Amino acid sequence: MSLIEIKKLTYSYPTKKDSIKNITLNIEEGTFNCIVGENGSGKTTLIKCIVGLIKDYKGEVILNEKVGYLPQKTTVQSNFPASVEEVVLSGTIPHNLNGIFYSRNDKLSARNSMRQLGVYDIRKKCFADLSGGQQQRVLIARALSATDKIIILDEPTNGLDPKVAKQIYELLKKLQQKYKLTILMVSHDVERALKFADRVIEIKEGQLSYDGVPSNYQVEGDK
Amino acid sequence: MLSTISEMLSFTFIQRAIIVGVAVSICSALLGVSLVLKRYSMIGDGLSHVGFGILAISTAFGLSSPLYIAIPGVAIFAIILLKIGNNGKIKSDSAIALLSSSALAIGVAVTSLTTGMNTDVCNFMFGSILAMNAEDVILSVLISIFVLVIFIVFYRKLFIMTFDEEFATAIGLNTERYKNLIAILTAITIVIGMRMMGTLLISSIIIFPALTAMRIFKNFKKVVIHSGIISVSSFLIGLYLSYIYNISTGATIVLVNLVFFIVFWLLDKIIYE
Repeated sequence: MSLIEIKKLTYSYPTKKDSIKNITLNIEEGTFNCIVGENGSGKTTLIKCIVGLIKDYKGEVILNEKVGYLPQKTTVQSNFPASVEEVVLSGTIPHNLNGIFYSRNDKLSARNSMRQLGVYDIRKKCFADLSGGQQQRVLIARALSATDKIIILDEPTNGLDPKVAKQIYELLKKLQQKYKLTILMVSHDVERALKFADRVIEIKEGQLSYDGVPSNYQVEGDK
Repeated sequence: MLSTISEMLSFTFIQRAIIVGVAVSICSALLGVSLVLKRYSMIGDGLSHVGFGILAISTAFGLSSPLYIAIPGVAIFAIILLKIGNNGKIKSDSAIALLSSSALAIGVAVTSLTTGMNTDVCNFMFGSILAMNAEDVILSVLISIFVLVIFIVFYRKLFIMTFDEEFATAIGLNTERYKNLIAILTAITIVIGMRMMGTLLISSIIIFPALTAMRIFKNFKKVVIHSGIISVSSFLIGLYLSYIYNISTGATIVLVNLVFFIVFWLLDKIIYE
């Protein structure tokens, strides 16, 4: 079953950089998908169209499930005075968009997400006081609180040291396998994308230049 | 001290000042947390100058209730300022500087051409606890309750909007609507508070309590609650000291806020370093 259907998606920036042109693809349930490509190729633009940050695109984006989203690190205020628990709980807002307070189920869902990501024991700590890797885990837990079906991540390992970056990939793989979670992730790390993803989607100058299994991507690259 | 407080409370103007001051202190502190974290601290300053301009013009035209014109007027400018900050070619800090100095200049020019710098205009500029009549008190309390209720109702959304706007948009929140809401609530609080604090000092009661609470508390809810406590405490201590030493109330409140900030900053250094 396709959780995301993208048909002939086109969006242009005045500078042409980061624009995307005529992209069609489906994201299947329970798969680990990595979007790769050079800087300015349009990876983040594609993600922004999917999650609704860009609305005036041409084409069609159909979401068959609620999505959890982890934006690029730069959009989050890393020195914000909030506890881990508060950040993860805020991911449950879409379950009860018009409510005033968090429900018991929201708190339960946030607690589960924190346990899955191994941040439950630091739930009272301040988000600002955590390491980069811990902050990313917290933000993944927040995305997971929004939905247990599909999470979309925009370069989640950017700025992390290689060891921590590897841990994040392993964690995402574990979540995918254990909970049949669908993952769509922009990655600048092609090597790890090939190692962990079931499917690699390459964007070059705004267009799909590869869409398939990692093993064939390498073969294509060698050509 | 108790006899002085009892003496103070026997005056109607002090009673009014306490009611309005506590209400405004709570509202400004709550909104201040989001404004400071979103780097909109200077908006308070800009809007108070716009408020002065509108109030000065209203007074010049002899309007008996200038607040009814100032509140919607400042709210409109607040929304414009936030929009400029997002998309405009002029960056938000420059836009605020342009708007605030222009509004102040218009206010002063209109006043000079019409009524002259009378007591009403000076009250808007420097604040006065004598400036509030019974109608102002009722309006201030009603509006403050409205701001407080709206803040509580939208607390979760204001939190996520402040922390991570992209995530808020991605989960389906209309972020523009909430930004406008913050702008309107800030405008209302500023116009009400200006009468007591003055145009030149009102923005400090938005910024100081939030910054002070953030020195010690590392949890959003605690920052919001303690920001309110610090704000109300600063107001009450400031009012008391201004009465005893016969200093301007607005200035004394700001100085008490400054002392709180320095104490919390030192505590932060001792606790966390």
